[in-house]
Amino acid sequence: MLVAGLVIEREVLIEAPPEVVWRTITEPDQMSQWFADRVDLVVEPGAHGYMQFGDQGGPVVVETVDPPFRFSFRWNHPREEEPVAGNSMLVEFTLTPEGDERTRLRVAESGHELRAWPDAEKERYAAEHRDGWVEYLDRLARTLAKGQSG
Amino acid sequence: MTAQADDELWSAIADPSRRRVLDLLVSNGEVSASWLAGHVPFSRQAVSKHLVVLEQAGLIGRRKQGREVLYEVQADRLDQATRAMADLAAQWDRRLGAIKRLAEAAHAEAKKKGDSHDG
Repeated sequence: MLVAGLVIEREVLIEAPPEVVWRTITEPDQMSQWFADRVDLVVEPGAHGYMQFGDQGGPVVVETVDPPFRFSFRWNHPREEEPVAGNSMLVEFTLTPEGDERTRLRVAESGHELRAWPDAEKERYAAEHRDGWVEYLDRLARTLAKGQSG
Repeated sequence: MTAQADDELWSAIADPSRRRVLDLLVSNGEVSASWLAGHVPFSRQAVSKHLVVLEQAGLIGRRKQGREVLYEVQADRLDQATRAMADLAAQWDRRLGAIKRLAEAAHAEAKKKGDSHDG
């Protein structure tokens, strides 16, 4: 599913240092335990890989590798095309140490529209979206339900 | 929901000005384009453009009343969008949960080994 303009952000606090979390999110044999069923991927910038989910699968291209802080890849692009900002989803992991043995892991999955926007617009968008998309839509749906019942 | 329809839907909601319009429609029920233009910091023309995009995405519908055209949110479509978005977020929550379990187990294991070396 290619979702233009979408940003989903989630995070989790992990009781392990960033180096350990880094291995979990980047080593293919570990990735196959939390992500795809089969992961063929070399974690190097620009590397092309493949992920299999059940009977479906798709190409992945690694973008940023900055151990143990940042890892990103693009996916959901058309099979014959190189993934760029306009035709794919970007998944970005950010690892932030909290003390010696804790890591805050954030993941953001974003579509392409955001990148084409002017900076001021992007900033406004980001500010409006601290709470995330789910909350925005939830709020809309709640307001709507209230209006209908009242 | 097809991928194409999804794309239109998320593009429609992605724009902050359009979300403003959608917000107003959600809180005020059926309103006209000129009413909307009176409640947003952008032009009547911009409002019209946003309404077209929202309508194409199926998020709003229109009805003629006398000489006026009134716009209204399509609750089903919005609900569908909310659920699709929640599913995507839940998918990432599950993945992050699995990463947490794996990393914490690996860390506990490494520490145990480290301790037995020291002892």
